[in-house]
Amino acid sequence: MRYIPTSDADREAMLSAIGLSSLDELFADIPAEILDGNKPLGLPSLTEQEVAATFSQLAQRNPAARAFASFQGGGIYDHYVPAIVPYVLSRSEFATAYTPYQPEISQGTLTAMFEFQTMICELTGMEIANASLYDGATALAEAALMANRIRRRHRIAVSRALFAGVARVLQTYAWAAEIELIELPIGPDGRTVFDHLPEDLSAVLVQSPNALGIIEDLRGVKDAIGDALLVVSVHPISLAIIEPPASVGADIVVGEGQPLGLTRSFGGPLLGLFATQERYIRHMPGRIAGRTSDVDGRSGFTMTAQTREQHIRRQRATSNICTNSALCALAATVYMASLGADGLARVASASARRAHDLCDRLEQISGVSRLFPGPFFNEFTVRVPQDPSRIHRALQQGGFLIDDPSDLSRLGVENAVRIAVTEKRTDEELKRFTRVFEEA
Amino acid sequence: MTTIFDLPSVSPTARRDDLSPAIPGLEPALARRKALRVPTLAEPQIARHYTKLSRMNYGVDDGLYPLGSCTMKYNPKLHEQLVAMPEFADVHPGTPPRLAQGTLAALHRMSVLLAAIAGLPAVTLQPSAGAHGELTGMFLMKRFFETRGEKERNTIILTDSAHGTNPASAALAGFRVLELKSLSDGTVDVDALTNVLDEHTAGIMLTVPNTLGLFEPRIREVTARVHEAGGLCYFDGANLNSYIGRARPGDMGADVFHFNLHKTLSTPHGGGGPGSGPVAVAEHLEPFLPVPRIDFDGERYGLDWSPDQTIGSVHPYFGNVGVILKAFAYLLRLGDQGLAEVSAYACLHANYLQHRLKDVYKLPYDRLCKHEFVLSGEGVAEGVTTTDIAKRLIDFGFHPPTVYFPLIVHQALMIEPTETETKESLDAFADAMVAIAKEAANHPERLHEAPISTPVRRLDQTQAAREPILRHPFET
Repeated sequence: MRYIPTSDADREAMLSAIGLSSLDELFADIPAEILDGNKPLGLPSLTEQEVAATFSQLAQRNPAARAFASFQGGGIYDHYVPAIVPYVLSRSEFATAYTPYQPEISQGTLTAMFEFQTMICELTGMEIANASLYDGATALAEAALMANRIRRRHRIAVSRALFAGVARVLQTYAWAAEIELIELPIGPDGRTVFDHLPEDLSAVLVQSPNALGIIEDLRGVKDAIGDALLVVSVHPISLAIIEPPASVGADIVVGEGQPLGLTRSFGGPLLGLFATQERYIRHMPGRIAGRTSDVDGRSGFTMTAQTREQHIRRQRATSNICTNSALCALAATVYMASLGADGLARVASASARRAHDLCDRLEQISGVSRLFPGPFFNEFTVRVPQDPSRIHRALQQGGFLIDDPSDLSRLGVENAVRIAVTEKRTDEELKRFTRVFEEA
Repeated sequence: MTTIFDLPSVSPTARRDDLSPAIPGLEPALARRKALRVPTLAEPQIARHYTKLSRMNYGVDDGLYPLGSCTMKYNPKLHEQLVAMPEFADVHPGTPPRLAQGTLAALHRMSVLLAAIAGLPAVTLQPSAGAHGELTGMFLMKRFFETRGEKERNTIILTDSAHGTNPASAALAGFRVLELKSLSDGTVDVDALTNVLDEHTAGIMLTVPNTLGLFEPRIREVTARVHEAGGLCYFDGANLNSYIGRARPGDMGADVFHFNLHKTLSTPHGGGGPGSGPVAVAEHLEPFLPVPRIDFDGERYGLDWSPDQTIGSVHPYFGNVGVILKAFAYLLRLGDQGLAEVSAYACLHANYLQHRLKDVYKLPYDRLCKHEFVLSGEGVAEGVTTTDIAKRLIDFGFHPPTVYFPLIVHQALMIEPTETETKESLDAFADAMVAIAKEAANHPERLHEAPISTPVRRLDQTQAAREPILRHPFET
């Protein structure tokens, strides 16, 4: 009886009320040959203390967290998380609530959704945002599907410089939806080349900063792509200091929201950001909170535009999504609230400044140089004179983690490593990192 | 309703030099011009604001949460503490496997345990929620037929009692959806099924027990017919709490089965996620599972990218690891004995509540139910709807059940009490339902006006949809 509060006497009373004499009789409607097939897992029941001890033992086999400084990136970054964030998330009224289908007793979740949507609109410059999708990768895939619904076409051009995991998920969804993906090459400045675009595109997908760390210059792209939708995948913190995609006419902006106050947790749960323009609301996937008033005229929030959703529209829904990343969106909301506009700009600036500082230091090493001249935010790619996997290993031995260089080979980039820096990395770490790098 | 945008800003603490241009070489036109309109607040303002908001929510710790098909069971506190350990929380997914053996070991063990629970040989942990698991399952089935040169198998059959995510997932994967009418008792019409099976059948999506909480008595016949016709059987695992530890989908004929760890295995719903929807498959679908797969050579855990028939990836990394670890802790704590008790008490509590309410409310299908049952609000009193009953329950201190689903019952009230309730709380809920039925007859206005005890009362949905206000309207 681990989490079951029913006493033996109450069990017997309930059994007798329903005319049964044992718990097993509750399963009389399951055919015997099915019940007979059941096999135990061979799992003993542990005490809470034993479960905690098991996890402590597992934790000892995860030295990555405590013994290494992370210069890893690719969409997931080691930003500082203020204590107020996990505190708010720990309140069980938020953590254990269901999707707010009953708005009168869900104003907490709904208000936070509205705040989140407002903040995502502020960051991206877009008119509307949903209350979250699973992660940045599926958000991009959903954007591709949405563009196809709007344009009724099945051909999409996509920058080659997407993060590896994002590209894999997009390819999987595209295969299933029979979307033709056309890859756009990377130019000598590290930016995506939008020349010679084919006809009949429903969308052009691009990531900025891209998988090489370069901030894309998307001015003029919208004019070059005809009536195809411009979909931009962003790093949310970078938007505190970089011009938002709305300014170049983006139709859909997506992104991975993990940097906004979520721990990295070996890659999940994550937070899919999704914003677009008001005219596309009927095509947008995911939950949306809206402001309205109650019968007494008091203002309140409710989920709205639900006729797009699976529980009403079934096979004609804009997406199958139901459970999304609500608590992660709450984390991002509290994170942004606790930093404020200035704090977000400072996190962005400090991350960028440290990244550029490290890049400058590394470029002092003979044979090490930036791979591309384009501007970067907090992640950059440098050419190295030796086998990049040797550097990867040497850094590990020195207590530093960077992304696996094979992530870059996929982009046709050899003899290079990608390095990400956040405001958490200290001057001392940057110095030591440079020394280990040089000696590798 | 106050949002953080209504709170008074304090003075920014930034030093000017912190805000100087930070990106050398960035074209000036690409630097942000318009300031972010996010207020600068002091921590006490934020703590008070979100504490206040939390009090306007209703969580599992607040009381009975009988949402049918959602399994709102108690979420053990230990789990939150475990996943917050830096060794689990502060690890990047690109970390070399040798430095994250603890997490990989837990994930690998979890996939073995889930496979055993499903009675199927292989599992992917990548899907982020139940609907994502469905989509992954549909992708796997699509790939299966593609590799067999049977692309004409493009139709998914499902019943009219299916969750809305089922047809939406099938359609998203490019399948045609064929809806089958249930028998009058809500179970699968095997003859009608046999009639629609043909060379276009890719498979069937079933929820077992169905969304009325009834076990399909002819389940093995249903799955056998689909298999004979060359199709595959997808099982929606939303209702696993009713038989976990006692029966296995694999033994019922499932080829694909998805778990909802945020339902059956006690991880918190978070107000709408994050969840986790691992998918278990039969041997003939294993080659198509997403990559990377986590493998174990007897000594070390590693990543296997090799399966070349894979559908690809449905998650950029390994799935919602933080959620999966909580479910792993739950399984360890319960063990075999605990799991068998979960399903037994889930069914006991549902049958007891059904018994207490069936003479007061219309019960369309009166028989042994599993972990949930469906009442109808029809006929309680003239002019009273299920919405009225649900809203009045709020005034009695309870979260309402799932309403207006399944679609095959008019004015449906779908009730799932879960195993983590006392008889006392079940009785209190039943008493409230009985009292509401009486009020419906004598004081229907109390139902129409409900709820009256909440921070806001019934909200104008039409206004919300017609004049959408989806973000804070800043003064310009």
